[in-house]
Amino acid sequence: MNVLHFVTDFFSDGANWHGSGGIPHRMLEHIQVCLIALGISAAIALPIGLFTGHTGRGGYILAAFSTAARALPSFGLLVLMTVWLHRIGTTPAMIPLVALAVAPILVTTFEAIRSVDPAPVDAARGMGMHPMSVLFQVELPVALPLIFSGLRSAAIQVVSTATIAAYVSVGGLGRYIIDGLAQHTYTKVVGGATLVAGLALVTIALFWLVERLVVSPGVRRSR
Amino acid sequence: MSAYFDIPSDLQHSYTGLIGVHLKEALLPVLFGLVVALPLGQLCARFKWLYPPVLWVTTVLYAIPSLAFFVVLIDYTGATETTVMIPLTVYSLVLLVPAIVDGTRAVPQETLAAATAMGFGPLRRFLQVELPIAVPAIIAGLRLAVVSSISLVSVGTLIGNQGALGNLLADGLFYHRTPLIVTSVVTTALLAIVMDGLLVLVQVLLTPWAPRGRKGARRVRSAAQEPDPGAGAAASAGPAALEDAVR
Repeated sequence: MNVLHFVTDFFSDGANWHGSGGIPHRMLEHIQVCLIALGISAAIALPIGLFTGHTGRGGYILAAFSTAARALPSFGLLVLMTVWLHRIGTTPAMIPLVALAVAPILVTTFEAIRSVDPAPVDAARGMGMHPMSVLFQVELPVALPLIFSGLRSAAIQVVSTATIAAYVSVGGLGRYIIDGLAQHTYTKVVGGATLVAGLALVTIALFWLVERLVVSPGVRRSR
Repeated sequence: MSAYFDIPSDLQHSYTGLIGVHLKEALLPVLFGLVVALPLGQLCARFKWLYPPVLWVTTVLYAIPSLAFFVVLIDYTGATETTVMIPLTVYSLVLLVPAIVDGTRAVPQETLAAATAMGFGPLRRFLQVELPIAVPAIIAGLRLAVVSSISLVSVGTLIGNQGALGNLLADGLFYHRTPLIVTSVVTTALLAIVMDGLLVLVQVLLTPWAPRGRKGARRVRSAAQEPDPGAGAAASAGPAALEDAVR
């Protein structure tokens, strides 16, 4: 029996498609947790990244912060938060997920805005544009591809870590893997792994698609 | 204190033993990744058509969640350390290849031409000119790879106690001993910060020509002699300015 057999067994079993333990429900749970975590992270990191990038200040602090944030072990933090907050569920899972996603978004946004070619920015300023217009109409469109790459890597890490969150009784696709391991049903484990990997690939594809739609063709060509 | 460092006997390691296992499981993959990424990065830098497909494949591999990667490998390599180290090798590779390609591409053409004119052969030129100039970029990649690898080893506890310090998390939950969980988290974070610091030190030692600290940054800025405060802000903006000076 190889991995492919397990995958076909898992997906052809009708019981896996219905109810609260069914694939559609688990998939929705997973996507929901990821979207909330990513939304909170973006709401924190994007404004700070845009502002610091625009003023060009705070690079050292951001670098130190991102090093510290990356050093935090997400899985350990997940278990620790569950124990400390005395509760099981989404809240303790949100903290490590947000801690994980803020750093890449913040640092790439800062770098993206800061590394925009100064010539058009100076030109915009010379034309009398308001600093806000300079940021949103000149710097942001040029920096968008890099900002997207930061969001994408944050999203991928969130999807991956939300899987592990099943260990502390959060729903989502990780449930299949964790429960399967506990019950020694390898079909479930491999099926869950396939679903998670698939979701991660869909995430990349979505980001690629949104980037095609949102990034100005001129910026894309110059890259 | 003993509540924090009294490791349950089922882990078959002392506290320092766990640290040793953790470092082995985290650093060996990065080393393997570097061994594969160096030639691969060189090839990608030399043959431009090769880079986009390689980048595409590595992005897809990086997206595969660690837990999914681990459990699929159980079928082939069992619940062993190898099962933990194979995905970590792949992730390291993914982080290192772009770093090496960017670092190699950042070597100025004039420098290469000068080396060739001085009679350097391709191998000597690579070892004595291209590689040293690419060091800051490669170390930047290594720092990312090492820190994420140290963090991810802990997940190995889910596939049958292969997570070194991560095994303390499972034991802490199982025996209701929160101090063990704190020990695991703090030690793992400290390991990551210490290894990151060591890599920065290695970079300082390997690139003695790079300007150092605030004094160096000021020298770079005054050398650029920019009267316009707007453009001056761009030149003074910290690490990247230093990096440019290195290149």
